[in-house]
Amino acid sequence: MSELSLVQAVNAALKRAMSEDASVVVLGEDVGIDGGVFRATEGLFEVFGGERVLDTPIAEASIAGVSIGLAAQGFRPVAEIQFTGFAYACIDQIINHASRLRTRTRGRLTCPMVLRSPAGGGIQAVEHHSESPEAMFAHIPGVKVVMPSSPARAYGLLLSAIRDPDPVVFLEPTRLYRAARGEVVDDGAGIPLGRCITLRPGRDVTIVSWGAMIKEALDTADQLAANNIDAEVIDVATLKPLDRVTILDSVERTGRLIIVHEAPMTCGFGAEIAACVAGRAITSLLAPVERVTGYDTMMPYLRTEGHYMPSVGAILTAVQRTMAYT
Amino acid sequence: MVAGYQRIPMNCVLDAEGKVIGKMPEFTRDPDELVRLYRVLVLTRMFDTKAIALQRTGRLGTYASSLGQEAISVGAAAAMQPSDVFVPSFREHGGQLWRGVTLKELFLYWGGDERGNDFVGPREDFPNCAPVGSHVPHAVGVALAFRLRGEKRVSVCVFGDGATSKGDFAEALNMAGVWRVPAVFVVNNNGWAISVPRSKQSAAKTLAQKAIAAGLPGEQVDGNDVIAIREVMERALSRARQGLGPSLIEAVTYRLCDHTTSDDASRYRDDAEVSLHWPAEPLVRLRNFLASTGYWDKQKEEVLLHECSSKVEQAAQEYLATAAQPVSSIFDYVYAEMPPELAEQRAIAVAMAQGAP
Repeated sequence: MSELSLVQAVNAALKRAMSEDASVVVLGEDVGIDGGVFRATEGLFEVFGGERVLDTPIAEASIAGVSIGLAAQGFRPVAEIQFTGFAYACIDQIINHASRLRTRTRGRLTCPMVLRSPAGGGIQAVEHHSESPEAMFAHIPGVKVVMPSSPARAYGLLLSAIRDPDPVVFLEPTRLYRAARGEVVDDGAGIPLGRCITLRPGRDVTIVSWGAMIKEALDTADQLAANNIDAEVIDVATLKPLDRVTILDSVERTGRLIIVHEAPMTCGFGAEIAACVAGRAITSLLAPVERVTGYDTMMPYLRTEGHYMPSVGAILTAVQRTMAYT
Repeated sequence: MVAGYQRIPMNCVLDAEGKVIGKMPEFTRDPDELVRLYRVLVLTRMFDTKAIALQRTGRLGTYASSLGQEAISVGAAAAMQPSDVFVPSFREHGGQLWRGVTLKELFLYWGGDERGNDFVGPREDFPNCAPVGSHVPHAVGVALAFRLRGEKRVSVCVFGDGATSKGDFAEALNMAGVWRVPAVFVVNNNGWAISVPRSKQSAAKTLAQKAIAAGLPGEQVDGNDVIAIREVMERALSRARQGLGPSLIEAVTYRLCDHTTSDDASRYRDDAEVSLHWPAEPLVRLRNFLASTGYWDKQKEEVLLHECSSKVEQAAQEYLATAAQPVSSIFDYVYAEMPPELAEQRAIAVAMAQGAP
């Protein structure tokens, strides 16, 4: 057992997966000798060599496209897209090919690939480096979308993503890469995809979030506890396929739901969760569902980025409104 | 001469009349091998005619004809090993047939049934690719897989002249060059990308020269000369198999058909232009050559036509007699393991199909 940062946990999972399974290859820009711009692939090139840790030319669409060809041939490619702003070039390949190869060929060809990318803001990055595109990917049938929120969960979920028989988009919260360290047991145990993780049980209100915003959700819960409000915090972890049961069970107990995400509000993944709760647990609700999200704007440049990011204060205000609702 | 300038060779063996104007390759010594090529060209043309007839009578979906362009994919496939992988666009019916995709599967695919992509023959070949050029990186991935496993196999990717304008093509060729993967890229330059002529697609004098920028050899070949295509492909495949890297081959032909059955080419091109290209089409020249060697005659031709025609008819009947898949099939291949919400949607769809309100 050791204390690792989230990016080190990603690295440990990649190393573990490559050691266990010779069909796992890593490809992307600067993933080789440089170890990736965030160091997620550090040391892999030295251990596994240039045949399994492939530096690619700068061609995001083809990083995804080549991965599809590899996956159809039985490899398990793990492609790194350097920043989420560059992942949009892959969407054609993900939507038109990776997601539907199994369906189109009635299961003859499949696409067990992982598209990894840092995601989210709060790191004072240059433009196009702080986007949260999870809802776009979650809208694609045939794809799984995962966003870890701690080193241990990054490790376990990434292992499961690599072992999954279908394409997985794995979005790593950049803000958490080095922010916090946590215990990671490098034992090769995966955390199952498709299940929410209840991080903190509570009676009064359910706060649902994912990725970096889990930190704000947990901090909010701590502050609420001081005021005798007992918040349950659920990390969605896998946005697609969504574990509706865990969320519905929680809301049926608490009667109050706050959804927190960094991505813009309109058509954000929070809308899917709100619709699910409205459709199946509306009689349990004691107050309207609240969404605390990024604005429907461009991700601002770094000097005003702080105004965009959902804050503990904003979540507290939403909880208080919910609690006061009669 | 500009440094690095490279002349793009144009390969041809037979002229439009079937006269030998180039060096006859080794495989042509066996006349039966030429008959094999001719047979699949004829079969492809007959499939094409039947497919259009079925579409016009509402029994097939929108169909992309390969009229006049049959020699490209047939020649390419004929040069391949069965263990190689074919990554087609959507006009490679002939090459698919050569590789063991069945006529019934082709009808099923164009009739809107995914089972048409579940090839019983070439299990690793890719299905057609409608988003133009987006399959070229897949061929690089397949070839990379071969290289990583140390297998002497090659991926062959076919696409149209329009696809060479796509970023996918440029990216994939570039990657293939860097990694020296065993892949052969084939342009079916049929002169038209729906309504946009070759002259408006690229200012490049040839499309084959796009290989130079990626560090690959590029050659042109007469796309109506199946012998020349097979010969050029054999060379490119052999290079790839020996670890000498990928190549780009531009097969120059002409789209004698509309883009698809949904297109009306008379809106944008003169019939006179089309008529001009008919004499160069690929079937006649091979038949003329075979006849000139005394190996082919009217009787053999009639036997072949009859054989191909009954095969196509039989496959069409089998396709028409195949019931559509049940509604459950649209859910069953989305994931390896069905997520709960999809299972719920499946149950609803199945109930609705059974007449539930």
